[in-house]
Amino acid sequence: MLKKLLPFVEHAIKKPVWDCRMCGQCVLHSTGMTCPMTCPKTLRNGPCGGVRENGNCEVIPDMQCVWAKAYDRKESLPMPAVWKEHFNELRPPVDMRLQGSSSWINLITKRDQQTPAGWSIQDGAH
Amino acid sequence: MSLLREKLENSSDRVFTAEFPSIDGGGMASVARDAARLAPWFDAVNATDNPAAHAHTSNTTTAIAMQMHGLEPIMQIVCRDKNRLAIQSDLMGGALHGIENISLLTGDDVTAGDEPEARRVFDIDSTQAINITRIMMTGKYLSGRKINPAPNFYIGAVENAAAPPFDYRIERALKKHRAGASFLQLQICYHPDRLEAFCKGVAKIAPDLKLIPTVVLLKGSKALGFMNEKVAGIDVPKDTFARVASATDQAKEAYDLTLELAQHALSLPGVRGLHVTDFRHDDSLNNFMNDLGLKPRN
Ligand code: SF4
Repeated sequence: MLKKLLPFVEHAIKKPVWDCRMCGQCVLHSTGMTCPMTCPKTLRNGPCGGVRENGNCEVIPDMQCVWAKAYDRKESLPMPAVWKEHFNELRPPVDMRLQGSSSWINLITKRDQQTPAGWSIQDGAH
Repeated sequence: MSLLREKLENSSDRVFTAEFPSIDGGGMASVARDAARLAPWFDAVNATDNPAAHAHTSNTTTAIAMQMHGLEPIMQIVCRDKNRLAIQSDLMGGALHGIENISLLTGDDVTAGDEPEARRVFDIDSTQAINITRIMMTGKYLSGRKINPAPNFYIGAVENAAAPPFDYRIERALKKHRAGASFLQLQICYHPDRLEAFCKGVAKIAPDLKLIPTVVLLKGSKALGFMNEKVAGIDVPKDTFARVASATDQAKEAYDLTLELAQHALSLPGVRGLHVTDFRHDDSLNNFMNDLGLKPRN
């Protein structure tokens, strides 16, 4: 029951504020409270090379680049130091099976931390 | 070991790279012609992967064809058209044919090309693709399944020092380096100050990351204006544009500008060579390389 209900509740809260796309693996805290899934290229590790001179998106010219916004916010918003440290972490590929599920449940069950068996990160590349 | 790797890792020689023209028919004869033109000057040449979101002969087969004609390829892999499975099979296909130099990049959006209605893939991003390539070098696919023997790659990436957010560009380059990239080809940059800040910032923290800025040979202000307006992430300052546009001999002024940018780029910390794009298709490439003090190879 909760599994069915929570995605609705989560979406109702996160959609208006962060334009949440329900990827099920929320990384908002580490991306300056800016959702990387609203990037047309869904980049989770920083901006593409196409950012315009005014900081807007290559694909949607009247939208600020999601990562330009994330970087600004990371610098300016008050948030725990550890969240800022996580900004440059190497975020793993999205698990497409989690699309539409509640990231809150996935956080509690640690399902959102499962990565493919071969995925690893070099020392220092946290 | 690839020549590019040998030079970058085991010598202090400068390296010069270029872009192989996209192949749209013309067969091996056209490959032979282009290879012969580029071989005297370049250590390795990019085999592109549907550049500017236009379909062309594939990255892997272009790289193989180049190799058959004595030109060392840097096989590009772009995240726009392929999911993680296809990217890993590109890498394995390259390894099967002894292709070692790989460059992984995000790629222009489909809307930049001539089939803007296509589905964009972006299943993984360029930093994840770099990390997966590094993982494959340890003898396994992303799934954990074994690859025996492990493929041998020399991993590169691309960064745009001239696009906002500027400070973040340095951090992102370092992140790609930590993920496994040994060299970076940099996007065309008409802001020497931005390029300088970027190279200094990167070299301070990662002096072993090899930087290869790009310069472009073009005919005049028309081409310069086109890049400024149409190519994502490239900005040409007004003064720079005016300098070329108001010159009596535009071709000469554009050439001099490129030479100045090239000499400045080569003087920066961390910079180990140049990527030269030739949109002029006249004899200026030879002059340019001569003016940089290079001699053609036999
Ligand atoms: S410009 Fe920014 S928001 Fe737009 S596709 Fe690139 S990274 Fe994403």
